Amino acid sequence: MTLIAGVVAVQGDVSEHADAIRRAGRAHGEDVVVHEIRQSGTVPECDVLLLPGGESTAISRLLHDEGIAPEIVAHVDAGKPLLATCAGLIVASRDAKDDRVDELGVLDVSVDRNAFGRQKDSFEAPLDVAGLDDPFPAVFIRAPVIDAVGDDVDVLASWDDNPVAVRQGAVVGTSFHPELTTDSRIHDLAFFDSVAVDA
Amino acid sequence: MTEETDLESLKRGTELVKRGFARMQKGGVIMDVVNEEQAKIAEEAGAVAVMALEAVPADIRKRGGVARMADPADVADIVDSVSIPVMGKSRIGHRKEAEILQAVGVDMIDESEVLTPADDAYHIDKREFTAPFVCGARNLGEALRRIDEGAAMIRTKGEAGTGDVNQAVHHQRTIKGSIRKLIGMNWEEREKWAREHEAPADLVHETAEMGRLPVVNFAAGGIATPADAALMMYHECDGIFVGSGIFGAEDPEAMGEAIVQAVNNHDDPETLAEIASNLGKSMKGDANVDLPEEEKMQGRGV
Repeated sequence: MTLIAGVVAVQGDVSEHADAIRRAGRAHGEDVVVHEIRQSGTVPECDVLLLPGGESTAISRLLHDEGIAPEIVAHVDAGKPLLATCAGLIVASRDAKDDRVDELGVLDVSVDRNAFGRQKDSFEAPLDVAGLDDPFPAVFIRAPVIDAVGDDVDVLASWDDNPVAVRQGAVVGTSFHPELTTDSRIHDLAFFDSVAVDA
Repeated sequence: MTEETDLESLKRGTELVKRGFARMQKGGVIMDVVNEEQAKIAEEAGAVAVMALEAVPADIRKRGGVARMADPADVADIVDSVSIPVMGKSRIGHRKEAEILQAVGVDMIDESEVLTPADDAYHIDKREFTAPFVCGARNLGEALRRIDEGAAMIRTKGEAGTGDVNQAVHHQRTIKGSIRKLIGMNWEEREKWAREHEAPADLVHETAEMGRLPVVNFAAGGIATPADAALMMYHECDGIFVGSGIFGAEDPEAMGEAIVQAVNNHDDPETLAEIASNLGKSMKGDANVDLPEEEKMQGRGV
């Protein structure tokens, strides 16, 4: 079976996510076809979606300008998987506490943008993630933190007592960038492990 | 259930973190601004970052004299006024300006030929900084020398402040053309190419194997319209710097927003036609062919 993966490509580190899902697919013996989503009309064809890192203000603006936003909401409402990282997490959240971001509200968390500070405070560190045997090499770039989670949200990882990876049904959100390394375990966890469980 | 993570194990300012920041800018438009008001307009228009300057390149060109880093207090005000990243320009080879910009908290430093070079032989050793750097290049040799010095992003030099996209196209074609040649070469030929172009051999091999620059590659220098931005995306740039083109236009809000939308829709001419319509006058500019050699900025810092 071929998995159609849509990478939201209006802005951000799109090719990194495309590479990561192809790599994860190969490891699971699954054929992955990647669609880059810049306009409306493509999301409904996708089995899974990836919402990359980038600048949440720019991404949020283009998702609404291009009419992609309601398609992502419908995708999640249909119970299909979504992985949202960093800016993607901010855009996916219920509340980003910032007028400059128009949230999709598909993940019941509230976030603080740039909570770790500016680029000089960006960092990489090994992170313990629930369900993974060894720490994950997490890269935090001007990263948000999650400061409140809804009842249906599981916290998968925390940094300094703040949740930085969560799951709600088929939606996984991370403050860090699993697509920046060649370690595909977060993509596995978001797509292949859950797809296998659902099937 | 969450497990304990060792907070002491974090590392800042690594190549991964610096290059990662540059990757987050991809597909975006970075706009030159000279004050907080312009920074807010740029953010509202959908800019992924702003470049804080004392004057836009077109005005630097007109004014003449020595062009230096902006007043750090003004840069700090811009940093505080927006939620998107803020970049600042230092003179080529001016380590102290770069240190000051890093201390002020800019997210990326542009070691830029638009300012008057402080050192006519050396660039800043960028590897020692926590802040990532972007540098201009006209060709692949220049680009790889800058990456070797620690640049996390390369942009075409183009010819800043002219509003003429000609030189940005020329530089991007030159870089891409050299990469295509390298791909067809064997190991010895690549070694020879590295010697002839004064480029570090390991980066030459890495570029040939990847089929692209090992860092993010933006367009800059003369981009003035949505069509210009789309043209540079067609030439496989990862994103766009717009200098004088936004606030030199009759309607900066409309021009900024249109350039952002044009990058996303660069391969769709009908949508581009709508985006490029009714924007008012774009910046006047100076054609590159009419520019005296001594007024060109692109030959600074090779």
